[in-house]
Amino acid sequence: MIPAEFKYLFPSTVDEAVRMLAEEGEDAKVIAGGQSLVPVLRMRLAAPTALIDIGGLTELTGVRDDGDSLLIGAMTTHYEVQRDHLIHDHALLLKLVTDTVADPQIRHRGTFGGSLCHADPAGDLLAPALALDAVMIIAGPSGRREVSASEFFVDYFTTALAPDEILLDVRVPKYTGWGAHYEKLNRVAQAWSIVAVAAAVRVSDGVIAAARVGLTNVGSGPVRAVEVESALVGLPATAESISAAAGRASTGDGYKDNLARVLTGRALTAAVG
Amino acid sequence: MTATAEPEVGKARLRKEDARLITGETRWTDNLQLTGMLHMAVLRSPVAHARITGVDVSRATAMPGVAVVLTGEDFAAEQGSLPCAWPITEDMKSPPAPALAVDQVNFAGEAVALVIADSAYHAADALEAIDVDYEDLPVVLDMEEALRDNDLVHPDLGTNRCATWIFDSAEAGAGTNVEDEIAAAEVVIERTFRQQRLIPAFMEPRSVVVDSSAGMFTVWSATQIPHILRWMLSAVTGISESKLRVIAPDVGGGFGGKLQVTPEELLCLLVARRMGRPVKWTETRTESMLAAHHGRDQVQKITLAARRDGTVTGLKVELLADMGAYLRLVTPGVPILGAFMFNSIYKFAGYRFECTNVFTNKVPTDAYRGAGRPEATFAIERMMDELAVELGMEPMKIREMNWIKHEEFPFTTVAGLTYDSGNYEAATARAMELFGYDDLREEQARRRADGSVVQLGIGISTYTEMCGLAPSRVLGALRYGAGGWETASIRMLPTGKVEVITGTSPHGQGHETVWSQIVADRLGVPFEDIEVLHGDTATSHKGMDSYGSRSLAVGGTALVQAADKVLAKARTLAAHMMECDEADVEFASGSFSVRGTSTVRALGDVVLAAHVAHDLPEGMEPGMDADATFDPDNFSYPHGTHLCATEVDTETGMVKIVRYVAVDDVGTVVNPLIVDGQVHGGLAQGIAQALYEEATHDEMGTLTTATFADYLVPCAADLPAFLTDRTTTPATSNPLGAKGVGEAGTIASTPAVVNSVLDAVRHLGVRDIEMPMSPERVWTALQGRPDPGAGDVAAGGLGSIDAQGGQS
Ligand SMILES: Cc1cc2nc3c(=O)[nH]c(=O)nc-3n(C[C@H](O)[C@H](O)[C@H](O)COP(=O)(O)OP(=O)(O)OC[C@H]3O[C@@H](n4cnc5c(N)ncnc54)[C@H](O)[C@@H]3O)c2cc1C
Repeated sequence: MIPAEFKYLFPSTVDEAVRMLAEEGEDAKVIAGGQSLVPVLRMRLAAPTALIDIGGLTELTGVRDDGDSLLIGAMTTHYEVQRDHLIHDHALLLKLVTDTVADPQIRHRGTFGGSLCHADPAGDLLAPALALDAVMIIAGPSGRREVSASEFFVDYFTTALAPDEILLDVRVPKYTGWGAHYEKLNRVAQAWSIVAVAAAVRVSDGVIAAARVGLTNVGSGPVRAVEVESALVGLPATAESISAAAGRASTGDGYKDNLARVLTGRALTAAVG
Repeated sequence: MTATAEPEVGKARLRKEDARLITGETRWTDNLQLTGMLHMAVLRSPVAHARITGVDVSRATAMPGVAVVLTGEDFAAEQGSLPCAWPITEDMKSPPAPALAVDQVNFAGEAVALVIADSAYHAADALEAIDVDYEDLPVVLDMEEALRDNDLVHPDLGTNRCATWIFDSAEAGAGTNVEDEIAAAEVVIERTFRQQRLIPAFMEPRSVVVDSSAGMFTVWSATQIPHILRWMLSAVTGISESKLRVIAPDVGGGFGGKLQVTPEELLCLLVARRMGRPVKWTETRTESMLAAHHGRDQVQKITLAARRDGTVTGLKVELLADMGAYLRLVTPGVPILGAFMFNSIYKFAGYRFECTNVFTNKVPTDAYRGAGRPEATFAIERMMDELAVELGMEPMKIREMNWIKHEEFPFTTVAGLTYDSGNYEAATARAMELFGYDDLREEQARRRADGSVVQLGIGISTYTEMCGLAPSRVLGALRYGAGGWETASIRMLPTGKVEVITGTSPHGQGHETVWSQIVADRLGVPFEDIEVLHGDTATSHKGMDSYGSRSLAVGGTALVQAADKVLAKARTLAAHMMECDEADVEFASGSFSVRGTSTVRALGDVVLAAHVAHDLPEGMEPGMDADATFDPDNFSYPHGTHLCATEVDTETGMVKIVRYVAVDDVGTVVNPLIVDGQVHGGLAQGIAQALYEEATHDEMGTLTTATFADYLVPCAADLPAFLTDRTTTPATSNPLGAKGVGEAGTIASTPAVVNSVLDAVRHLGVRDIEMPMSPERVWTALQGRPDPGAGDVAAGGLGSIDAQGGQS
């Protein structure tokens, strides 16, 4: 890799990292796992003047139980998400989505928070974060703030993070006992999704009590299929209800519209189990 | 000397070169560090066609670490033209091909300026400070449009038509007139197929280091062709060939993509000469995809004439082949290599092949695994399926009734080649059995009847190819600029060890292992005692290098001949040492003996005697080395039967290969493990053409697949478990009986996959789907809509970011 020259900084606390970001100015960038940023650097699509490596901020790693929700550290790697018991028990959808991300080498370095901050509309973790009502906990020069996923993802590769802010944790409500599935269509194993659908469903006594559906790579950011969700509630968990509701995932007749409907149906069917 | 117990030939040995390759112990070209070495970076044109009206290097020259910035003007007087060794016709149009563009750029990615600096980082930084003014010219991308000559790639040539090359069986006396066959035919099928542009995508990017000292130039390059490179560099620069040494160290793959004399090799040499210091250039992946030659890119119009009973009678092939903007080493000849293969294993009465080569504003095309033969095999195997559909016949049956029967070999084809041997019946029978053909047909019928979402298809490819490039007189007749022989030397060292020198240039194939196996058997020396030297023009002074599945069939034969020369001399000396008549000397397991006696001399003792030369027969020269050069008098013709079952998800268009059987007949096998490896890798690349890979350009001529995020090379997880087996019908054109296996998998597999996908959805009204058969293309075809093209669905990730030229 032959990137443009940059300064490399390695803070040991969040406060130090925030201060460095402010001092280095607009052209400084946080580097987490580097799995998206390094390709951008190597192609010289961006030339940040300073990289602030948050790999030393151990408090940003791991998953904590916070009562009704989980707190996932931004620096938790995909590999750790895949193996975490709290995530398995209370946010199964995140594990299933992460299983499909890239390959083992990349999952050992790439981070949960980095994926969300990078905000590639084809990235797999945006849609489930949106569908599961995740909340981003952010640190900046003027302290901490919380931003809901629906406000966090702004546009292609653009989030609500200011250049001098760092994502610390992601709060995800517990979905204990929900069925989940991620239906991803990609052409080769390590290609990004053409379209993918993340679904979580709570079924009680054969009836769909609640549903969450998020779509990957159908727009400039993740899309929540609210119409599908609301159409499902109260219906029996059968193939007929699912197929009728899945039809609302999109109204167009293009290829991706078709995929949105087909994959939504498949994701829901698998999530219901 | 220990006797080798079991024969080496046929043994599935692990490759002796692998340890150093996979542990990173070897030195690739880019690992070389020479004292005072400078680094070269190349500024590439972001536009496909433009006049250069100004280049300002002043800012770049002042940047840290920069030694000099050079433009086309600086080299105009000395760079000459990059060589094209294959002027296919007398009147072929060939534009000058400068290594560094002087006043015009003709493809996006063409080299425009060089920064020479003290580090690769400084060189890359300074690239961004060079200002080039371009005055846009109209961009010519589509071949049919190009042939209208409205806009010209090279205005000086007056046309975009490079050459037209024709083979006609009636004119050649090899068959009837195809127009008569078409006129008389009961069935005529006409189809047009597109061979998309592919990128060779070798693992090790290209890299060159040139050292000049004391009037001698040493060139290290990640190349397949060190010998040809030396010759051509000398021809272009005027540097005496004897002052040029080319070394291809371990090279990480080529697939034809490193069968080239590249602009960057020439430029490194010129810069080293100018600066008097060593220079290194190593490309990035994106640079490789933009500027290294591409492969395929043809439009094939095929007309097949047949009788209603299924007998084929005539085949007419009309090709357009995209040369790109320049003619590189063998660019114009690649489609011509297919001319002899469209008729394949079938007995056509009349055949005509006409290929028009066309210039466009794209990176030049050239050899890519199979070179001309995959295109031919694809077209004929697709057509055999089309004929079967048209006549309502079983596709294997129609092939069988038309192919050359085992007892008909040797067989001279309508294209004028003589196939020496083959057994299509045996390979097919084995493949059908492994595949479970009848069961799969039943399953297919069941799914069709059920209207299953996931349909099943079966695809066949009964292929042959021509390998062992090449008889020199044939190359001469085709106007190729060099011969096709190969050479080998054996040096018997006084300690009994053996050095084998080969003119082939392995770049991943495992020649060191295989050549050792051959010599171990021939001379009865242990495998471990043999060292194979290659890829350095100072140790291996002559050779024609590696491509076209030639190394074993041609280079291996030279090796056998050299070993036989060693043995012949050793036999004479052994007779002298054992004081017997030479006719009474027997040789087995590395030892000479006198027939009917217990007198024995190990080969090692004889070699030592030759070396010390204390007592040699009258007139015998000291030493026990031998050289041999072999020029084949025919090609070799591997063949086989490949069967592919795919599942097509009719709701998403996704294709999944569920079973793949390859039964290949590559003649005698020296190392089955290596042969399997070649087949597996070949299959992966052929399948990739069918389903995944395509180099695409936007309307401005910018390559839109310049990273591995956009150019989809499959990995193990995307491919099925391959069921492979072999039949063995030895080649008669060389003493090993080997035919070559480097390209078989690639050549055979593409049509097997495409035929299979079409077979799965044909009953739903689909007649054809372009390659690569992406899910979007398959789904769109199922909707009865026109082909959506390749680039409609961004791959996401890096693919969402435009990979403009790899530089900002
Ligand atoms: C070959 C390949 C295949 C891939 N396939 C997939 C796939 O199938 N699906 C998928 O979803 N992803 C895929 N990825 C992307 C991968 O998931 C990345 O790991 C992820 O997108 C980014 O995480 P990271 O930790 O590496 O972030 P980095 O690359 O370090 O950073 C990415 C961006 O986020 C910013 N950033 C990171 N962390 C923070 C933070 N805590 N606060 C503020 N800003 C921050 C950085 O400044 C940068 O702009 C793939 C990557 C590669 C190289």
